[in-house]
Amino acid sequence: MENIKNIIESLLFVADGPLSVERIKLVLETDTGEIRTALQTLAQEYENRSGGFLLRQIADGYQFCTRPEYSRWITRLIRPASFHLSKAALETLAIIAYKQPVMRSDIEHIRGVDCGGILRMLLERKIIRVLGRKEIPGRPLIYATTKQFLEIFDLKNLKDLPTPKEIEELKPDLIPDSSPELEPEPAGLSEIKPDVE
Amino acid sequence: MFITNALAKITDTLVVMQNKPYAVKLDDIFEGPMDLLVHLIKKNEVDIHDIPIALITDQYLEYINWMESMNIDFAGDFLFMAATLTQIKSKTLLPVHQGIGDDDDEDDPRHEITKPLIEYLHMKSAAEQLSDRNLLGKNIFIRMPGSRDEYPEKHENEFIRVGLFELIDAFQNVLEKLPGEHRIDLAADRISVKDKISEIVDILEKKNSVTFMELFPEKPEKSDVVVTFLAVLELVKLHLIKIAQHVQTGFIRLFYL
Repeated sequence: MENIKNIIESLLFVADGPLSVERIKLVLETDTGEIRTALQTLAQEYENRSGGFLLRQIADGYQFCTRPEYSRWITRLIRPASFHLSKAALETLAIIAYKQPVMRSDIEHIRGVDCGGILRMLLERKIIRVLGRKEIPGRPLIYATTKQFLEIFDLKNLKDLPTPKEIEELKPDLIPDSSPELEPEPAGLSEIKPDVE
Repeated sequence: MFITNALAKITDTLVVMQNKPYAVKLDDIFEGPMDLLVHLIKKNEVDIHDIPIALITDQYLEYINWMESMNIDFAGDFLFMAATLTQIKSKTLLPVHQGIGDDDDEDDPRHEITKPLIEYLHMKSAAEQLSDRNLLGKNIFIRMPGSRDEYPEKHENEFIRVGLFELIDAFQNVLEKLPGEHRIDLAADRISVKDKISEIVDILEKKNSVTFMELFPEKPEKSDVVVTFLAVLELVKLHLIKIAQHVQTGFIRLFYL
């Protein structure tokens, strides 16, 4: 085949959303390995050029997007998406992303507050979706994230989410390692512990 | 020594809470009982695996009292947590029977609150990490080629199942077709949902399937639109019809079952 890399580049240029390897394969009718190699070469070329945009791997596909450092200028040209999620909405979303498929009661159990309004908003924005119903009494709805969630948060796929361990490392002050017996006893505790001896 | 320190700390915080209760902004900081608990733990700089339950419970109850005195409506969630904390506190006061559980760490009644707290903190920091990413439409932008006719990925006549929101979108489209001018409408005979249902069933019996838009006349009246929409919902509920959306054209179609 003639220059496969250029063909893929032209496809990516006109595509509406991220193009998956499978989708490109349907067009090119060539084998997956070849496509993958071409995509990687392309991505590397854009990386080396370090121009205004790059080829990112997103939502199980590939897509051209601008470099984050130029967002300041772009938002002077076009209005940024009315994308603002409150802290509460982000927490709810994080729970769904990590625990999916998840029921509303599970989410509310972790957050300790009602999440109905937030869930509706996330559903309307198509960041999450209803996956079905759980076959337990009450047949509660179960929720999961959408492809759009991956696109918005710049994630290759769900496995690309930072693992809980990384989170722990980032917040050593909040979540100490599970070796409480080695820690010096905090003040205040000594007065409430009953003397068992 | 420890005890005096701790007592001094408690009195300090209590004094602060009593003197400057206005400094606490309720809506920002404490979205729920978990949030308040996290705040108290951070403020007292205690180890989450070894929560001084008496101290935290006292401060928690203090806070609830304050909310009450400020006439702030707080949800039952706050009271539930208060009850849980008090229960844990009373359990810790009971003598531990050694020998039943070999590891008294497992029996620690505080686990009831530590586990969900850690999970909550995990999710909180996960949420922070999510918002720190390069967000599409904020830090990263893509080209917006607009709608063009890309070939559908699979067969042409495939239908996808529509959700409630697609149905509502379609309803909005019909509403937009309504004449904009407000007219005084004196017509008395309105069609009921029940009549509309049988009307739709009649159509479906003849044609077996019909598009959502076909159900509405060219210039429908608002009441007519609402009644038709309710009838469609009712039919779905009764499992008389199935609704599907065409992949390519986006037309929503009703099928008679």
